[in-house]
Amino acid sequence: MEKLATINIPRIREDFPVLKRQVNGKPLIYFDNAATSQKPEVVIETTDRYYREYNANIHRGIHKLAEEATLAHEEAREKIAKFINARHTEEIIFTRNATEAINLVAYAWGRANVGKGEKIVLTIMEHHSNIVPWQLLAQERGARVEYVKIDEEGMLRQDEVLELIDEKTKIVCMTQASNVLGTVNPVRDIGRVAHRFGAMFLVDAAQSVPHMRVDVRDIDCDFFAFSGHKMMGPTGIGVLYGKIEHLQNMPPFLGGGEMIREVHTTGASWKDIPYKYEAGTPNIVGAIGLGAAVDYLRGIGMESVHDHERAITSYAMKRMSEVKDLVMYGPGDIARRVGVVSFNLGDIHAHDLASILDEEGIAIRSGHHCAQPLMEFLKVPATSRASFYIYNTKEEVDVFINALEKARKLFAR
Amino acid sequence: MSSDIYKDIILDYYRNPRNFGELPNPDVRAKDSNPLCGDIIEMQLKINDGKVEDIRFQGKGCAISQAAASMLTEVAKGKSLDEIKAVGKPDVLELLGIDPGPTRIKCALLGLKVLKLGVYLYLGQAVTEEVKQLV
Repeated sequence: MEKLATINIPRIREDFPVLKRQVNGKPLIYFDNAATSQKPEVVIETTDRYYREYNANIHRGIHKLAEEATLAHEEAREKIAKFINARHTEEIIFTRNATEAINLVAYAWGRANVGKGEKIVLTIMEHHSNIVPWQLLAQERGARVEYVKIDEEGMLRQDEVLELIDEKTKIVCMTQASNVLGTVNPVRDIGRVAHRFGAMFLVDAAQSVPHMRVDVRDIDCDFFAFSGHKMMGPTGIGVLYGKIEHLQNMPPFLGGGEMIREVHTTGASWKDIPYKYEAGTPNIVGAIGLGAAVDYLRGIGMESVHDHERAITSYAMKRMSEVKDLVMYGPGDIARRVGVVSFNLGDIHAHDLASILDEEGIAIRSGHHCAQPLMEFLKVPATSRASFYIYNTKEEVDVFINALEKARKLFAR
Repeated sequence: MSSDIYKDIILDYYRNPRNFGELPNPDVRAKDSNPLCGDIIEMQLKINDGKVEDIRFQGKGCAISQAAASMLTEVAKGKSLDEIKAVGKPDVLELLGIDPGPTRIKCALLGLKVLKLGVYLYLGQAVTEEVKQLV
């Protein structure tokens, strides 16, 4: 807990205009960071400045504004490449979000490489965005989708990993951190198993990149997908990292402007990567804004972000365990999880709980969290979820605990 | 303990639902759910001489959905089928005594949708657009 003192959280909170807001007459307590994060002033300013000062389309115009916009867009790509330790900047493809990044792989790589009777291995804790694209691919190609299960603590079952991944497996796709259980998965180890069988390895990093230091070379994944809006960037911008040799060999995803070298009536040829996968005018302002978010996070330091969230999560889980009738899901060991805590309080429906907390100015998520197979596996229709970020405080957790007690008493029979 | 949304009346109907259970030999059963939050309501109606003679409901879900459904069973009892067709969203909000807001309104209206589905099913009539749009 001593780490808390070394990071100036009140100073960081000053950077987020929305945190000054009142909700239902109470100060906003934003515990829905796994859904989307709030934005610091510097990201808001950076996007605003693009529109005010150098709004132009990129890679085409031979004029000053186009040059500035292109430069800023490509600088953002470099920042992101460094942030996740990619070897080459062109391994960074801009997409709309993590969902589109995964769809890109399922479509472009999957259609060319997955055949009848072959296997796609997922885990039961995947978000719908890392399930549905593979189901669509499997249906089209006559392939099979299989799921690694979890144990009572919400950890992946190692025996199933070794059992399911085999010679028939073409790709293994899994989340680095669960958006429901908070579980951090041993991606490097599982990637090694996938590679041993000649399978590709894709990591859904939507819940990890915003909260911890990640290194795609250390993980040795083939693909790595995440969203900008969960890491303080704008909505509508996401990233697909892919190893250069795969990206060079895969067919394109969407066709259109920006991605072509030449077009004739009889056919077309593609630009080099990354542009081959970026058809049409991209989300220029989104990319530039995400670059600013990366700078901001690096300024704080991902170790500090991670340490603070671990301290807050540890405190929240301890206080929550003292609330009568409260059940938490996911690993009890704080070292194996991120700052996502799913729970149920007695038989209070998750939506009732969210409404009561909203009256207290507290934003949490309730529902199936786009992970219905996991909900089925846990045998719960829905959970409530509190998820933390660098700007959350112990005092906010205390207010949250009081609101949970209020809800419990209100619904006590 | 007080709450703006969870008025005592809602909590009372949630904890002690009126007309909860199975009706023996109902003339019609209707059921619907709200896939977003998993609320489920089923209603069984006994109809005599164009009027609701008896009604029961069963369900699972949040307090607002269950309380609203229970309140509606009380409203429906003794009413003619035409009168039930005329019950609308404002009537439900008046029963609950709150406006649950845009994110929770579907919870409040699920019971009304099921009640009306029952009436249209019994009459063998096509369900109106108004009913389809409730949830």
